[in-house]
Amino acid sequence: MSDRFVYVTYIRTTPETLWDHLTKPEFTRVYWHGVWADCEWKPGAPWRLVFADGRVADTGEVVEIERPRRLVLKWRNEFKPELKAEGYSRATFVLEPMGETVKLTVTHEIDRSGSKLIEAVSGGWPSILSSLKSLIETGKPLPSQKAA
Amino acid sequence: MSMDAVFKALADPTRRALLDALRARNGQTLSELSERPDMTRQAVTKHLAILEAANLVVSQKRGREKLHYLNPVPINDIAERWIDKFERGRLRALADLKRTLEREGR
Repeated sequence: MSDRFVYVTYIRTTPETLWDHLTKPEFTRVYWHGVWADCEWKPGAPWRLVFADGRVADTGEVVEIERPRRLVLKWRNEFKPELKAEGYSRATFVLEPMGETVKLTVTHEIDRSGSKLIEAVSGGWPSILSSLKSLIETGKPLPSQKAA
Repeated sequence: MSMDAVFKALADPTRRALLDALRARNGQTLSELSERPDMTRQAVTKHLAILEAANLVVSQKRGREKLHYLNPVPINDIAERWIDKFERGRLRALADLKRTLEREGR
């Protein structure tokens, strides 16, 4: 058994622009509570997701990377002991051009059932993705996602 | 993805029941979703197609199976469209109050 969620959003942009918004700190900080990823973005590179205040939220590594189509990360929580104890999950980002838009599919899964980590991350993604879409399409992130 | 498609897809109790079924247990097959006594497999297939077209349900192949997942992102887009960050806390407090009072009244 595994726990998984799959979220999809369509954004009016190019795969390259969307890719940069998913990976570069100057963009993620704007639409995602000031959060940014510390990573060299190459296969096997360590990956750390860092809160605005400098605390480390999650760690892992780049499993697959194919700009601007596909990114797979090993992902473990670092700030809640009961979530960290679940070990590594896997987050997959797939970008597919569809006419004027890019279809972004975010899949997050772990090889266990009743995962608290999957429950926790699944709650956060919808508003992050809405804010990302808003930033790219209108130039403004959503107020609820601005860094405090 | 138009908001009209999302509102139309949500304006049907059967389709909302399917979304609730996926919220209770994400990643179900067509057969599992058709186990409801009140719905034929054909009806579930038709409703799932409308939900997928509105991007409220996403399906993924896993081996030979096709699993269906609830995609709440379009609903969040709608909520964000009309609710700003200062209202969110007050609305949540009101929703909590309503739930508490209705539980006590039962």
